[in-house]
Amino acid sequence: MSAVVKLHDIHKSFGTVEVLKGVSFEIDRGEVVAIIGRSGSGKSTALRCINRLETIQSGTLEVCGHRLDQPTLDLRALRQDVGMVFQSYNLFPHLTVEQNITLAPRRVKRLPNSQARALAQASLERVGLAEKIDCYPEQLSGGQQQRVAIARSLAMQPKVMLFDEVTSALDPQLTGEVLRVMETLAQGGMTMAVVTHEMTFARRVADRVIFMHQGRVWETGPGEMLENPQTPELQAFLSNGL
Amino acid sequence: MKYTFDFASLQEYWPEFLRGALMTLEMTAIATVLGMVIGVLCAIGRRGKRPWLAALCGAYVEVVRNTPYLIQIFFIFFGLASAGLKLPIFAAAILTMVFNVGAYTAEIVRAGMDTIHPGQIEAAEALGLSVPQIYWDVILRPSLERVYPSLTGQFVLMMLSSSVTSQISAEELTGVANSVQSESFRSFETFIVVAVLYFLMAMLLKFAFFLVGQAMFPRRRRLGTPL
Repeated sequence: MSAVVKLHDIHKSFGTVEVLKGVSFEIDRGEVVAIIGRSGSGKSTALRCINRLETIQSGTLEVCGHRLDQPTLDLRALRQDVGMVFQSYNLFPHLTVEQNITLAPRRVKRLPNSQARALAQASLERVGLAEKIDCYPEQLSGGQQQRVAIARSLAMQPKVMLFDEVTSALDPQLTGEVLRVMETLAQGGMTMAVVTHEMTFARRVADRVIFMHQGRVWETGPGEMLENPQTPELQAFLSNGL
Repeated sequence: MKYTFDFASLQEYWPEFLRGALMTLEMTAIATVLGMVIGVLCAIGRRGKRPWLAALCGAYVEVVRNTPYLIQIFFIFFGLASAGLKLPIFAAAILTMVFNVGAYTAEIVRAGMDTIHPGQIEAAEALGLSVPQIYWDVILRPSLERVYPSLTGQFVLMMLSSSVTSQISAEELTGVANSVQSESFRSFETFIVVAVLYFLMAMLLKFAFFLVGQAMFPRRRRLGTPL
């Protein structure tokens, strides 16, 4: 197993507030890692460092062979290798589902317009929404919008996918349909880093769980660790959450 | 009121009126396109990361929006002439219109751009789009859609206030009206005719904007809902 994401001793501050205080972890190819923790524990920030939506102050960070701590970083190449799905979907409201999915392939990978529709169709089938290809985002439910956002990310054929609390804005039923899509992706061998509050998903689908607390990796282990937490902090977090 | 209207005596001036109206439309069309370009570039400059460029764009907007239009016209026409640059009247009139409307457009477009949620830009960045691509596909198009009614109003206003360029003897509709009324001695009738013509042209311009909007914003055409 080779690690495709390697964080080592990452420090990150917003102004005077240090949110990451030496975070280290690795994600292997095909591995699904769930990152859990309280709000403000630094889990989203750590995720956003992986595709450089946040810059780090110190530490070494390598993603799919791109060194993010070096000034020579090819940002566009990195972003093509790393897909990201957000809590608030962030679909482009003025574009149809098809245009949302094919915008980046057309602009970044120079996909010919004649092949765009087929690509959108194929990506939508993976999330079970092929019939919505000509809709606008506002015509879809939250769960459907999030699945389109996943399809949009998939269309760029990323090597790693980042999920930043993607079900936090959804009701339980819609959460279920999004999680099922993510589970299918995981079974298909996608490398995934999932920041989530869905403990059942973390336990069932993730190969490994990382519990972050106060800007540090506090405890890490397989999904079963959630049934048998070692640190009092994880114990407290789980008992409050459940 | 004992005034007797006499529109008949204006009949011989129809070709003049039409020529003036066409010139107004021509100036408006050119200034609309150029004004949009200046406005968008200036809005981007003001939001950009280069402080000197943001300051320059900001200064331009403030100067234009806080000085009278007529003074700007004199400044450009006579000012440039005394600096040795003698522009034809038509070019000078369009230059002042663009100079003026560009600043107002910049503020409208900037307001539109400020409504774009940062998450939209992050999503585009995460997909690997470059900054110019993000501006074009993710920021500009929905911004323009949001402020389109304001833009329409601004350019109709520009068309109406182009009448001020008659002060540097541009032969547009108001300029024509001035010479017609001094020849025919029928000022009241002349300006009634001109007012009606301006009104019709304003309707025409609004309709043109509507058609362009239908082509540019397919989502609105299909759903009709605000973004």
